[in-house]
Parts: sequence; structure tokens; C-alpha cells
Amino acid sequence: MGEDSKYILELNDLHTSFFTENGEVQAVNGISFTLEPGKTLGIVGESGSGKSVTAYSIMQILAETGKITSGEVKFHGEDITKWNSRQMQKFRGEKCSIIFQDPMTSLNPVFTVGSQLVEAILLHTDKDKKQARERAIEILTLVGVNEPESRLKQYPHELSGGMRQRVMIAMALVCEPDILIADEPTTALDVTIQAQILELMQELQEKLGMAIIMVTHDLGVIASMCDEILVMYGGRVCERGTADDIFYRPAHEYTKGLLRSIPKADNMNEKLVPIGGTPINLLQMPAGCAFCPRCDAAMKICLREKPEELRVSDTHLASCWMNIKEIYEAQEGERP
Amino acid sequence: MSDNEKYLLKVNHLKQYFPVRQGFKTIPLKAVDDISFAVKPGETLGLVGESGCGKTTVGRTLLRLYQPTAGRIEFNGDVLFDSGEQYDEKGKVVLGADGKPALGKKVDVNMLPYRKQMQMVFQDPYSSLNPRMTVEDIIGEPLDVHNLYENRNERREKILGLMELVGLNAEHAMRYAHEFSGGQRQRIGIARALAVNPKFIVCDEPVSALDVSIQAQVVNMFEELQEKLGVAYLFIAHDLLIVHHISDRIAVMYLGKMMELADADELNNNPIHPYTLSLLSAVPIPDPETARKSKRIILEGDVPSPLKMPTGCPFRTRCRYATDQCAAEMPQLTDRGNGHMVACWNK
Amino acid sequence: MQENQGLKKKQFFSAQVDLSKFKGNDFEKATEDEKKQQDVMGESTTFFKDGMRRLRKNPLAMGSIVVLVLIIATIIIAPMIVPYKYSEIISVNGIRDKSAANLGPFEYSKLETQYMEETGEKLFPHIFGTDSLSRDYFIRVIYGTRVSLSVGIVASIMVLIIGLLYGSISGYFGGTIDLVMMRIVDIIYSLPDMLIIILLSVVLNETIKPLIEGTVLQSLGTNMISIFIVFGLLYWVSMARLIRGQILTIKNNEYVLAARCIGTKNGRILRRHILPNCLSVIIITTALQVPSAIFTESYLSFLGLGVSAPLTSLGSLANDARAGMQSYPLRLVIPAIAICLIVLALNLLGDGLRDAFDSKLK
Repeated sequence: MGEDSKYILELNDLHTSFFTENGEVQAVNGISFTLEPGKTLGIVGESGSGKSVTAYSIMQILAETGKITSGEVKFHGEDITKWNSRQMQKFRGEKCSIIFQDPMTSLNPVFTVGSQLVEAILLHTDKDKKQARERAIEILTLVGVNEPESRLKQYPHELSGGMRQRVMIAMALVCEPDILIADEPTTALDVTIQAQILELMQELQEKLGMAIIMVTHDLGVIASMCDEILVMYGGRVCERGTADDIFYRPAHEYTKGLLRSIPKADNMNEKLVPIGGTPINLLQMPAGCAFCPRCDAAMKICLREKPEELRVSDTHLASCWMNIKEIYEAQEGERP
Repeated sequence: MSDNEKYLLKVNHLKQYFPVRQGFKTIPLKAVDDISFAVKPGETLGLVGESGCGKTTVGRTLLRLYQPTAGRIEFNGDVLFDSGEQYDEKGKVVLGADGKPALGKKVDVNMLPYRKQMQMVFQDPYSSLNPRMTVEDIIGEPLDVHNLYENRNERREKILGLMELVGLNAEHAMRYAHEFSGGQRQRIGIARALAVNPKFIVCDEPVSALDVSIQAQVVNMFEELQEKLGVAYLFIAHDLLIVHHISDRIAVMYLGKMMELADADELNNNPIHPYTLSLLSAVPIPDPETARKSKRIILEGDVPSPLKMPTGCPFRTRCRYATDQCAAEMPQLTDRGNGHMVACWNK
Repeated sequence: MQENQGLKKKQFFSAQVDLSKFKGNDFEKATEDEKKQQDVMGESTTFFKDGMRRLRKNPLAMGSIVVLVLIIATIIIAPMIVPYKYSEIISVNGIRDKSAANLGPFEYSKLETQYMEETGEKLFPHIFGTDSLSRDYFIRVIYGTRVSLSVGIVASIMVLIIGLLYGSISGYFGGTIDLVMMRIVDIIYSLPDMLIIILLSVVLNETIKPLIEGTVLQSLGTNMISIFIVFGLLYWVSMARLIRGQILTIKNNEYVLAARCIGTKNGRILRRHILPNCLSVIIITTALQVPSAIFTESYLSFLGLGVSAPLTSLGSLANDARAGMQSYPLRLVIPAIAICLIVLALNLLGDGLRDAFDSKLK
């Protein structure tokens, strides 16, 4: 165990690429963050921002063409990118679990919910079959599945979307992992069911004390749940901070644009201000800031150089040249 | 009749059942069950509800992509479809002497001329454009079908004009749809719908497959086109914030039935139906302060299967105000003042 | 409050950045053109171009194309160069050369050697030798290949046309039409096809003979025509099923719904929207149908039900060679290798096409 085990998970300058026939796609381009036990980290971004790939890189469940090209993923101070597949298997089962967007594709349709749950328990613990069944019922009750005993005998397609997602969460919680990664856990669900699942995740976190990494594109989902939020664009982190920092004091042009482009609850009839342009093409990454082709405030330096991450306040960091411009101009003004 | 003329589209007691085979029996899936509403010229009516509530079916049935099971559709003063049933004041079917519904005149017109006036924009920008056609041919198809040009030059001019209208680069006319991003593809789909210069467009979840930053572009474009062309929308979506933003009035559907219909602001500030209430409170608000303050009304349980619909009001299984009356009979939409229509016994 | 925050922000920054490294114009606004340079749309590619690019990267498929082109070139050019005919018994100076039977590769008969010595003229060699009836075997193999390949291609096209019509009608209209049409397919499927082929070709032989008397078709022989009919009658079913399945999936795409919404008529929807989108599957299946047709023709010929003498196919060549297999194994080996080569090349090409064009398998 490393010395700085204050953090349960630490990413250092992680790069992940996919090698396609059209060339290398740098899906994650140098991302770092730390996660403390029991805290919730939100990663928000559009499609192609690298948010899901970041999650998959932590778990090392990338598609065949994907590869972590550099950087570290430290779990309790130990770099797990160097672990072998057996160690990773154990890590995935017992230390860190993931739930996916579409519960139907992550549950095996030919086995009952019960047999899949029991199998997972048998695999990761030394319980016998009867104990495993009891544990399965216990977990299903925990995630709010009514009549857990009869549910065990059902097949995934017999359950509704919300129920399936609960079962997926139950599967992820079998070994009471230290970290739960939720990759768009509610995107496929209806609003009323989404509210149920989000509430459940918060409850479970209070009960079990695990850390959650919440990956989503929905600013609404993230606003109420997270201790820290990472805003990603083009495989890089634009801005990070508390929910209040991000929503009330955005310091990156992309975050500002994003907030302008969603309807405001208190003033519905105000016209939206969209971000222009088209989403980033990862095969042709700009030399400078990834967002600059769509940025209204883009400056010459943005085209040329990647912005460094700067501390805006104690909890708030942003990588945008606009911040430096402000300070530069202020200094110019002071000069005689 | 003067009341009718105010409306562009009027739907009365529309029903759309699909036969579903279960073993040897065929039972009806009541996707849309007896709904009525009207759309004024140039207005946007939002239609919200959860998946499986029948909102997409409403849109498609209006455009007669499905043959309606029953009801009456009136467009611009012309009756497009009428199955002939008559209804009394309370919304009950008028029965004839033989105990069967008394049937009036049946109408079922040829839709081809009306397709120039009613169009649709689809949800999935990926599957709604033919991957083997160029943008020019996709937008040009409605022009071809309705013979809207004299010669090739006029066709091309019209297509380029439409592309400009929706903010597409005319240089890309010869490209294939798969080369565009989601937002651009949705613009192509909108240009195709606008090609025939329609008065009414059904927008079936047109932004839900798009990224947040692109959604605003498309929503703004819908608003600008409405100002410019005076077209009316039926805006179907599950994202309440977007629907509230774009709509003049909003209708809420649950399991094929209409629960509430009111002005957009009225519905948001003063929701009456318990379902609307919980729907609104479940929306995640992208504002940490509000999110922390608001108390969510979490609905218990799941939406029942439309094949095993509860009797009476379909929402009663999840409703905390449900009474015996709810199980016995479905309440009718009644006006609670200012055109705020609600279908609930208890509220 | 605002003031205070600004000050705080400034303190944070000045500690972190060395402002002196920036030039004044770094913070000028970038022009639209500069931004556009960063945001270019990829090179325009069509579905076809993209597929061809992938196909070119597949060495097996490219090798197969080379082999097929070589074979086709040979069967077109060789008869122009080789002075023998497939039905011609070798003769020297107008005299039938009885000694020319069963020659080995590049061997000359006694008469020929004599003739060459006398006149000093060089006769064209018998590359694969001759058969028991003193016919040049090379030219017979060439003609056999011609026949086999054309049977394969014509039969596949027939299967394609029937299957396409049947499958698209059944798939597009669905409902009762589909139900009835597919039950017919099921019935045809349930027949043991080899038995039917043999029975049909026997029966058809008799019935077709008077019909084609005196026409061009006569030279093909009744057997050959009955093979086509048999293919037409039996082998379209799998094609029809495949196309129906494709159409059922494509029909559910929103662009078909959009076309109906526009008011497009059924025929146009099928032509413009549905068929182009199952074209890749159709081409691939047809490409894979050719070798299977060649195969069937070959073993029908081997059973003696193929083309009528003196015309030949690779299968009947092999059948003829059976008798002298012990003494002249080469005559069996050569057509066998030709069949293998063609079938293998076509199969590999079909697979290559599928990998390149069928996005679902990617």
C-alpha cells in the first residue's frame, strides 16, 4: 500500500487510444483526478468527450482496439495498469464495479436473475450455494426490489427497465466494492424511474460508504449528486470543481456555453444560446485547445497551444486561456 | 363551425390499437386510447410522457402512417378520417337501437395531397436518413414525389435554398448522410420535412438523440423556422425542460391516455394531475441550489404493461390519491379554468 | 464581493503563471478563417469507395481476384491461340491420327513427329496431352472451364432474379402474402434437393428435347438446360429467404417511414430505399452462389447428368477420366484442380466482399 492512501483512486495523466483503420483516435488525452473514499465524482461531457473511455480504462475493459498508452491508475497508491489479468479480475469483482447504460445488454438473457447473481457471489466469495442465495435475496432487498425471492426465478427480459437496472446495481454490489462506476446509469430510463435509481444510489452510498464515479451527459443528474465534477471535452478535462463552482462560477468557455444552451428552470422563455459548430472529430484533433473551433471567444493562442490547468479558487480548476487573458490585461493596464 | 376554424388540426376520440398475438389469442395493445386535442395554426403543442405511453404513436397515426382504429382527424377544415362513432356531452359513445354504437358517416381520404401540408421530423438522425442517398436526393425526394419543380435547375435551386434555410453548407449537397454529425443530420431531416412547405410538422423527439450543446442549436432552429414560416408543431419529447421551453401548450400522456393539457407555464407552475406533479418533480434540474432544495416525489413501482392495463384510470396503481372510483371508470378531461384540462377524479 | 473574488482570482493566477512569456497578440481574437482551418470535415467517401478500400487491403480476396482474372483471360484467349477444337480428333494432313490417343503432356504422336520431321514445321504441342479419343486435352479443359463458369454465373443470376422478386414482395408487403409465400418456400425447402435434381433432369431431358430442336439452345444440350431450370426452381429459396429477412429489417428503419410520410409510392420505396440498402448482401450472396452452382453442375456432370457430348464441363471431364484413372491419373487431377481453384477463389472473394461491404460483420 502506498503512502498517500488518502485517495482511493488516483489517475495521473492517463492517455487511452483506439487504433482504428483510419488512424489513432486519442479518446482520452491526459486526464488526472483523485477520488477520496465515500465521495462522488461526476464526469460530464458530450459523446466523444472520452468520459466513458476514462471509466473503461480504470476497469481495463476497453475494446480490443483500445489501449492505455501512458499514465497511471493508482488504487490505494498502487498502479493497477501494471497488474496482470488475474489481479485485474479480482479488482473488477471485489474492489471496483461498473454499471452500464443499458441493463438489458449487460445481463445474460438466457439465465435467470438468480443464477447470475448467485454465480457472481460464488465467484467472489467463499460462500456455499445456500448462503449465496440468501445473500442474493439480501442484496436485492437492499436495492429495493420487491418480492426478491420470486424475482430470482425470473429472466432479465421479464423485468422492466428500472427493475433491471436495480438488478445490475445489485450485481455490482455483491462484494461491497470500494468504488462504483456508473456509466450513464439512467440515460435509458424514464424520468420517474431515473429519480428512483438516483435516490437509490445515494441511499446505498450512505449505507455502504463506497465512492461513486458518475459518468453522464446530463447536467441535471450531476447537479445534486456530486462532491466534485469534471467537465470533459475532446478527451481532456476542461474544468473541475464543486457543483457550485461549475454551475455558478464556470471558468471555461465550454462550460459557460453548455450552461447557456440548456433551458433555465426559472426563465423558460428566454432564448437559448447554443454552442455553434459540430462536435469534435477525434481523428483530427486541433493543435491547441480542443474546444477552440467552436469557441466564440477563441484567441490566437488557443489555436496554437493547449491551455494549462490553473487554480481559480481552492476547489476550482480550469484550463482556459481566457482566465490568463484577464490577468494579462490587468497587468498590462497597471503598467505605466 | 366558427370554433373549428380556429384550429389547424383537431383530433377527437382517437384510438389506435395494435393486435398482439399471445399464444393463440390476439389481444389489442391500446397504444392510444381515446384522446382528443387540437392544434392552432402556428402554435407548438408539446406532448410529453414516458416511453411506451403512446406519444410517438399519436404522431404517426395523425400522419396516417398507421390506420387509426377509431376516432376523427380533422385538418384545416377537412375531415381526413372518421370512423363514424358519435359521442355525447360526457364523452360516452352514443348507442343505437341495437345496443351497438350508432355509426355516422365514415371518412377515409387519400392522404397524398395532405402530405404536402403535414410532415414529420424523426427521432433518430442516424436511421431516419437513407445511407445510400446524397443530401440532395434526400431533400429532393418530396419535391420529386409531389412534382414541385419544372426542371432540374429549379429542383437544385429549391434544394440549396432549403439547405441554407436550415443552416447547412450548400457545398455539402453531394455528400452522403453518414458523413455528417448528428445535429447536421437532424437539419437534413428538417429540410426534407420543409421541402413541401407544410403547415404542420410532427416533431417526434427530434433532439433527444443529440448532444446537449447541439440540442440548443436545433431547438433554436425550430423556433426560428416557426417565426419565419408560421408552421405549427406537435413537439413530442420526454425531456420536460426542452418541451416547456419550446411549447405554447403541453399535453401529458400516460399509458395511451391524456392526463393533463394546459398552457406551458400554467402546467409548470400549477400542475394538477398527480402524475404531472411527480413527473415534474422527477426532472433533474441543472442547478445545484434548486436541486438541493427541491423534494422529489418519487413514484413507487413501474409503469404497468399496456397489455395488462389497469381498469379505469391507468395511473391509479401508482397514484397515492387512488380511490375505488378510479378503478371503476376513467375520468374525462375537464376544464379547470383558462383551458387547463385535467383528467382526474380527486384533484 | 465581486471585487474580492476578482482579487483572490488574481492572486491565485499570478502565483501560477509566468505572464512574461506571452506576447500581446496572443490574446487577440482568432478570426473565423483561422478557426475553420481547425474544423475540417473529413474527405468525402461513398459507401462503395470505402468498401473497395477495405477490399484492397484483404490479401486473400485480392489474390482470388488475380486468380480469377487469369483463369478468365486464359479461357477467352487460349482457344484463339491453340489450333485444336474441343470436339476435334487430331489429324495430320487430313488423316485421322489414331496413334494420338492417350498422349502425355507435351508429347507428339508418331504421325505428328513424322510430319514435323518431313516438313520442318513445328506443330502446336498438346499441353495436357490427349484423351482416349485423340482429342487435345488442354482445349477440352479450357472449354470445360468455360462451360462450368458460365453455368455457375447464369444459374446464380437466375437464382438472384427469382429470389429477389419473390423475397422483396414477400418481405415488403408482409402479412398474409408473406405467410403464404414463405410456406411455399418451406415446402420447397423440405424436398430432398439432390433427388429432385436427378429426377427433374431425367424428366426434363425428355420434355425439352422436341422444344429446342433446331434452335441455338440445341448445342447446349438438354441436360444443360435442365440444369438451369433445376437451379431456377430449387435454389432460389435460400436467396428469397435472405432477401426477405433483409427487407424486413430495412423496412423498419425510420427512413422508410419518412419516405411513406412524404407520400412516396411502394415501388419507389422498394427501388430507392430498400433495395439499395440490401445490395451489398445481395452481391455477396450471389458471389457465394456461383461456386456452389459450379459444384452442383460438376457433380451432376460426374453422375452423367451434365452437358451432352461432345461439349464438356469440368465435371464431365473428371467423369470421363474415371475409366482410365489407374493409367492416366493426370486427366482426373487437372479438372479437379481447376474446380478447386475456381471454387476456392470465388469463395474467398465472396468472404472478402462480405468483410468489406457488410457493416454488420465489422
